[in-house]
Amino acid sequence: MPQETKLTEVNVGTAALGCRSGAQPGRFAGGAYEVMRECVAKILRECLMTNSNRKTKRSQPSLKAIRPLLLCTFVFAFLGASDPATRFNEIGHQMMCICGCNQILLECNHVGCPDSDGMRNELMASLTRGDSDSLVEQGFVQKYGPTVLAAPTTKGFDRAAYIMPFAALILGFSLIVLVIRAWKNRPAPAIADGLRPMHGAELEQFRDQARQETDL
Amino acid sequence: MAEIGSFALLLALALSVYSLLAGILALAFQTRVSSQLTGVAAGRPVPGEESSLVAMLRHGSERIGETARRAGIATFGAVLLASIVLVICAFRDDFSIAYILHHSNRDLPAPYKFAVLWSGQEGSLLFWSLLLAAYGFVLRLRYKTDPRLFAYASVVLSGVQIFFLLLLNFAAHPFAIVQGTIPADGNGLNPLLQYPEMVIHPPMLYLGYVGFTIPFAFALGALIMKYPGEKWINITRRWTMVTWAFLTCGVFLGAHWAYSVLGWGGYWGWDPVENASLMPWLTGTAFLHSVMMQEKRGMLKMWNMWLVFATFWLAILGTFLTRSGIISSVHAFAQSSIGDWFAWFLAITLIVFLFFFFKNKSHLRSEHKLESLVSRESSFLFNNLLFVLLCFTVLWGTWFPKISELVQGNKVTVGAPFYNRVAIPVALLLLILTAVGPLLAWRKTSLESLKRNFMWPTIGAIVVAIFLMATPQKWGSAFGLRPWKDISYFYSLMAIALSVLVALTVASEFFRGGRVISKHTRQGMFASMVQLTHRNTRRYGGYIVHFGVVVVIIGFAGAAFNLDKEQEMGYGDKMTIGPYTLICRSYTDDDAPNYASEWAVLDVYKGDKQIDTMTPVRRFYKASRQTSTMPDIRSGLNEDLYLVFEGLNPDNGHPILKAHLNALVMWIWMGVWIMLIGTVLALIPNAPAPLRVPAPSRVASAHAEPVATGD
Repeated sequence: MPQETKLTEVNVGTAALGCRSGAQPGRFAGGAYEVMRECVAKILRECLMTNSNRKTKRSQPSLKAIRPLLLCTFVFAFLGASDPATRFNEIGHQMMCICGCNQILLECNHVGCPDSDGMRNELMASLTRGDSDSLVEQGFVQKYGPTVLAAPTTKGFDRAAYIMPFAALILGFSLIVLVIRAWKNRPAPAIADGLRPMHGAELEQFRDQARQETDL
Repeated sequence: MAEIGSFALLLALALSVYSLLAGILALAFQTRVSSQLTGVAAGRPVPGEESSLVAMLRHGSERIGETARRAGIATFGAVLLASIVLVICAFRDDFSIAYILHHSNRDLPAPYKFAVLWSGQEGSLLFWSLLLAAYGFVLRLRYKTDPRLFAYASVVLSGVQIFFLLLLNFAAHPFAIVQGTIPADGNGLNPLLQYPEMVIHPPMLYLGYVGFTIPFAFALGALIMKYPGEKWINITRRWTMVTWAFLTCGVFLGAHWAYSVLGWGGYWGWDPVENASLMPWLTGTAFLHSVMMQEKRGMLKMWNMWLVFATFWLAILGTFLTRSGIISSVHAFAQSSIGDWFAWFLAITLIVFLFFFFKNKSHLRSEHKLESLVSRESSFLFNNLLFVLLCFTVLWGTWFPKISELVQGNKVTVGAPFYNRVAIPVALLLLILTAVGPLLAWRKTSLESLKRNFMWPTIGAIVVAIFLMATPQKWGSAFGLRPWKDISYFYSLMAIALSVLVALTVASEFFRGGRVISKHTRQGMFASMVQLTHRNTRRYGGYIVHFGVVVVIIGFAGAAFNLDKEQEMGYGDKMTIGPYTLICRSYTDDDAPNYASEWAVLDVYKGDKQIDTMTPVRRFYKASRQTSTMPDIRSGLNEDLYLVFEGLNPDNGHPILKAHLNALVMWIWMGVWIMLIGTVLALIPNAPAPLRVPAPSRVASAHAEPVATGD
């Protein structure tokens, strides 16, 4: 699909230059997003350089193999369309209607809602003015308070909302790895005299035989 | 009537208190007798009077224990009587009872008058108490399975029952009388609850919530009595599976109700009350997996104890959230003092559990030994980590607004965008484990074997992913999936590809096992697979549940392709959404005793062909003077066309319609049915082994080797 490849390259190029090609900082933990964007840019520069100097410079085979994979992963994760309608849809889905219905702004569905229409118009006006996502969000927070955002921000204490689950994941994962290692390294229970513990291929052979004969 | 109900509730409380105290007394005597007998067995000299004391104690304790059991059974009768009285009052429009006045009206249809029982705070607590008493009734009838363990469980159940009966008698009385003049008609039932599923959804959900008390009662009982062996975990597992099935059914019926009634086009809003139902479901699911480690290898005894407790505790915590008003939710009952009661109950249960856990934890010690990282055991450890982590994430997100308020002085909203960012990656990891887990054998799996059996499903999943990316979008919702366009497309593609991977590994397990049976019995492949399932219902029923889960996940993945459009629609006006064109034919209205309604009549075209006529409705309920929408949904395998008649534009009087095109939603409901079928299959006892088995011939091909054994 040459056309799609080209599109990807264009997006890639703009991202490498630090342009907002529809990428959504609000979707990721702020600082982490910036770091990741830098990484993407670096990898892309590498890729572009490798492409232009393909005949003169040889890259390592392993790096060469994972580059397309990395490229695809980052491109899929961080790039997207950036037209105003899409931005309106995206930002509108990250805000709440403040009428008390507890619904996402663009999903508030009751006719005569005293707030949602005005909020949508404000959002559209901000986007038409060319405000950035963070500026739009700041404006809404100043006017309606922090509960207008459908998710915690990535600043101050709000960061804890995102950090805790991933910290728990890392902690839990490390704990399980330690537990598995400890259980694995435990000595085998003693066996009666005259019996020889089986290991390796001999044990595998009997294990296979047992599986085939006992499992349905 | 109110007096009868009040009396029945007081009687139930007295019976429960007796059941608890007499049960404790009987068990204390029995423990004494056991220690005396142990003394005899150990050869210590026992005087003659002591032997007769032992006999007397034994006889007395047995009789007291029997009265405690019967009091527990009678509690069910008393609570049932109170519930019947409340329902009769609803049918008789007895508005002298405050609960009936606030939740019913004369023109309310009969099924909803029945549903009044669980439609408000007091009634739903009575319903909870009824279900708990019903579970206790079944448990006490089945006491012969293991009289001593069941006696301990009965005592724990009585303790929980007393809490709910105290609430009903002293804090949230369902038979409270209206002071002053009695109104001629009631305030009516909340319009959102006037939908057929509301007659099924709360009972299912409550059967799930309440049911987790039974595994907790067995676990705590086994812990207190230092139950020898693993029989209790087997009994507990079956109860947990039944309860889990009810909760699954309740949660998804709630989702379906939200989808069909609330009119916002979605089925899950990450509201605190929805989260409250999800948390015990996650820990309960983790328990259903890790319990196998205890049954097969005697491992994770302490962990399982904690999982059972956490599941019960989270079910009560969810109720606390709903009832206390501590966290704002669209579902929450009005803030009342019963939140304090729940907080105390949660604290007491935690203290009791911790006390017995630390007192008897030496009994739960087991020798853990792993042979390999690539084994079923380690996959269960990671599986439990991810389930508990998901539960923690949901709990954290639910409480974060409160925590934020305490720390930084202002509340924040934790809605769908937060959970999408945090929970989806974890759920995808869990999906990978669901694919790999069944291919791992207990103790050790060779990497070669894993590679051999994993290769074709992986290739299949990659092919499907490439196919979905390469196909044109006009083919349907899930086609033309370009993950680079949006992160939600990327997640969807991953979810669908991993679901295919799981489905193929499940299919390969059935195929491999079926082929072995087919070779032995010379019957067809399908018959062999049926026989295979019947021989090990738990294992293959579990696989069917996994298959149901992936069908549900595919349905969730469809959310990335949803479209919606809102438009004023006069006569003959057109609206186009996706492949559909809607033409407004007419508007009409109707008047029923309970409500007045306005209908929009729209012809639906796909291309040039008319395929349907849809009629979204907007109702005005007279008693409660509230408006509600009844969306019209045209469901299909590929997408749902979901129309909402939102009302009239206040400025110009033009009708406003909102259309949603929701992709793959039907898959969610189909997946739930498959999950339930799998659970029922897993509960069926295994077929007995055939009397005559032909001599086992070694399977010629190495590929036919079933990699995983056991459940």
